Amino acid sequence: MSEYIEIDPNEDHGHHHKETFITKYIFSQDHKMIAKQYLITGVLFMGVIGILMSLLMRLQIAWPEEPNVIFEFFLGKWAPDGVMDADIYLALVTMHGTIMVFFVLTAGLSGTFSNLLIPLQLGARDMASGFLNMVSFWLFFLSTVIMVASIFVEAGPAAAGWTIYPPLSAVELAQGGSGLGMTLWLVSMAIFIASSLLGSLNYIVTVINLRTKGMTLTRMPLTIWAFFVTAIIGVISFPVLLSAALLLIMDRSFGTSFFLSDIFIQGEVLHYQGGSPVLFEHLFWFLGHPEVYIVLLPALGIASEVIATNSRKPIFGYKAMILSILAIAFLSTIVWGHHMFISGMNPFLGSVFTFTTLLIAIPSAVKAFNYITTLWKGNIQFNPAMLFSIGFVSTFITGGLTGIILGDSALDINLHDTYFVVAHFHLVMGISALYGLFSGVYHWFPMLFNRMLNKNLGYVHFWVTAICAYGVFFPMHFIGMAGLPRRYYTNSNFPLFDDLADTNKIITGFAIVGGLIQIVFLYNFIHSMFYGKKSPQNPWKSNTLEWTASMKHIHGNWQGKIPEVFRWPYDYSKPGYEEDFVPQIRPMKKDEIEY
Amino acid sequence: MSTFLTILILFFVVTAIWQIVKIYDLTQVNTVAKDSSQIANDKDNRVNGYLMLGFLIFIYVITIICFIRYGDFPLMSNSASVHGSKIDDLMMVSMVLIFFVQTVTQFFLYYFAYKYKGQKGRKALFYSDNHKLEFLWTIIPAVVLTVLITYGLLTWSDIMNVDQDEDPIVIELYAQQFNWKARYSGEDNALGKANVRLIDIDRANILGLDEFDPNAQDDIITTELHLPVGKPVLFKMRSQDVLHSAYMPHFRAQMNCVPGMITQFGFTPSVTTAEMRETPEMIEKILNINNIRAEKSKELQEKGEEVLDPYEFDYLLLCNKICGKSHYNMQMKIVVETQEEFDKWINQQTKFKNSLIAQK
Repeated sequence: MSEYIEIDPNEDHGHHHKETFITKYIFSQDHKMIAKQYLITGVLFMGVIGILMSLLMRLQIAWPEEPNVIFEFFLGKWAPDGVMDADIYLALVTMHGTIMVFFVLTAGLSGTFSNLLIPLQLGARDMASGFLNMVSFWLFFLSTVIMVASIFVEAGPAAAGWTIYPPLSAVELAQGGSGLGMTLWLVSMAIFIASSLLGSLNYIVTVINLRTKGMTLTRMPLTIWAFFVTAIIGVISFPVLLSAALLLIMDRSFGTSFFLSDIFIQGEVLHYQGGSPVLFEHLFWFLGHPEVYIVLLPALGIASEVIATNSRKPIFGYKAMILSILAIAFLSTIVWGHHMFISGMNPFLGSVFTFTTLLIAIPSAVKAFNYITTLWKGNIQFNPAMLFSIGFVSTFITGGLTGIILGDSALDINLHDTYFVVAHFHLVMGISALYGLFSGVYHWFPMLFNRMLNKNLGYVHFWVTAICAYGVFFPMHFIGMAGLPRRYYTNSNFPLFDDLADTNKIITGFAIVGGLIQIVFLYNFIHSMFYGKKSPQNPWKSNTLEWTASMKHIHGNWQGKIPEVFRWPYDYSKPGYEEDFVPQIRPMKKDEIEY
Repeated sequence: MSTFLTILILFFVVTAIWQIVKIYDLTQVNTVAKDSSQIANDKDNRVNGYLMLGFLIFIYVITIICFIRYGDFPLMSNSASVHGSKIDDLMMVSMVLIFFVQTVTQFFLYYFAYKYKGQKGRKALFYSDNHKLEFLWTIIPAVVLTVLITYGLLTWSDIMNVDQDEDPIVIELYAQQFNWKARYSGEDNALGKANVRLIDIDRANILGLDEFDPNAQDDIITTELHLPVGKPVLFKMRSQDVLHSAYMPHFRAQMNCVPGMITQFGFTPSVTTAEMRETPEMIEKILNINNIRAEKSKELQEKGEEVLDPYEFDYLLLCNKICGKSHYNMQMKIVVETQEEFDKWINQQTKFKNSLIAQK
């Protein structure tokens, strides 16, 4: 155990102070506790709501005419006699999207793992500002409360789709949900963005300033690279959504016309003149597209770390991986127009965005090939985290490839807003990011709770989820290619689509099984939190720094000195060493080449 | 009562799953008492390695099933417009490409996962970099994508740039919650000026046309869209309330309708409704749909409800941008017909100047 730092109490300047219940569990400034708070609020709580909503939608799509007691139970007055209201279907679409994209996969994923791993893997005692970190979480909590509250307002929650395009979202006459529900949505998102910005600034500052001795940028684990770049994209693009939200609030409540013009609705002409909904689309997607990578990059980072550790091999092409993260991040900010090929913007702009969009396939392909090569001649340890990471690479490829079709403006004409799009983004960002999230939870659960998750339940969880994910989304491409538009409450008004009804039932079947199997994960999580087997110091025999820290909760992470780093984090199975891993804190041998 | 029952059933289902999981959990602890570390051992690696191979087969099987079962519905052939076949060709090329890449990469991913499943005592190969390989798989996608981008962009600009020399028929598509109107420009082939502020429901000026604009006088407003075959059409889209999207899947055409601005999309219909109904693919599809509907009708009859009408194919214009409560039922019938049939139909319609109700 020579590589673990010897305890020298004089070196820790009293970082670990006495904590009361409130400072430890509620208003905690400790990054590890904040990570747990994000995990439980963002992933477990909001995740259950988001998945439940998707199941209600799937039931409606599969059996649109039949009254259903489940609807009556969950939706109450919105499902009189068990028949779902058409407005509430759109509300479910909207809230499912909002919750999954922002609350589960942005705040839940980044919030949990950036907070947990940035200080631990870099050798810092905490985030640059523990206080800001705490404020960031509580702002997030506030936005969660407001968003959940908005589900229960009298006229229904926001129902204009998660993209909340005006005028539908701006004019209350257009839709019940565009009243108080939409106001709460906007307020919640404004607070959410504030939280996200505080968090991201903190991550950036910490990565730049608080690396331990020897931790150069090219010795950082790919997880940190991913979180770092994610935070930068967030800081660049989230303020634009905030401005869009504020302008929309102005249009809604103060009579301005930023996004609205020439509207005649329910027998009256509204006063708006000169604004353009297309402007809103530009502002929205300037965040909206980078958001996809805000969701995906942390998952890529986690998969890199987990695949290298469990293959017992260095990640293949470490520098190419960093470069491709940077390339993806750069490109992600100049492709937003591919959501707007048929919005009425100039067709020439469409061709520019087609060009930049398809370029993203290159760094993405490099990443996929590098993951596959990392597996080659490895000694793969199938821990549950590894299964989810391999699943991640698989859905990343399947979902990414259909992006080549949708990014091509000429093909998008006919596939835009069909189920093909739903299938594409659910695989490439929804399922992939969820796999990254699960992979992270299985891998770092010992770090979070000092206990192990049950592996057999993990295996059941993965395999059933994996089969259901393909079962749901693979056939969905085909009903999209048949021309079926998304966000339809029922397809029964179109006999043309009658031959797709069976497929929709099959998809719903897979969705229900896939949704319910998550109970196994919930059980495993909650049970193991209290009764799981105690974790050893470094259960996965990993090289990174977090496994040298105290497994017991102390504020300050390391009991003695902060460890120093001498090598990159991927020295697995390096020739010249007996063990198949060489932690970063072990000094280089004489004449040893780094990588 | 049913709510109570539902709660009860849900409660039991959740409890049952919970208990099954718990029992499973307990049995595992007893049988593998020697190794309760929760870290993968050789047996786990072996089992999951084989499952990886199984999963690869699962992906292939689901792909094949999808292509066999659903290969008929995709709109990859049978386009009813001149540019449609270009989109279909591009789609085919792209599909073949991604199908190939998907098959090969998934194979390597799962096969390597299976082949190199961990064994105690074995050591992995330390292999961290190979610039040649990385260069290769940067350059190959780059080249392939360059071809695809060029092909895509040529097709796109071909479709989107409307050739004014061809003298297209100008038709306005007018969207409102939750229906469509079409406005033909009449003999002058010029649409009259319009603005939602001019809408006067009492006088039946429902699209807000300028009564004093000479171009507006012969405009014709209809609730069905008729198009003469083989003649280029230029659609001008307008919306009076929220965003809508005019989606005509059979013609591979779609454009958003945006309040406050006019958007456009042009195409040339190439197959009449009557001809499309006679194509073998369509006959088969309609037969299939009518079988499904007949079966459903039987069920409905037993319940004492109204039966479904048999379905006859028609082209459709659908709304494809979320627009409110009845978004799912915002449609208009499109009829493509010969020039003579079209002329006959259009002459039966009322011109704008004759459709206004005189002010009292």
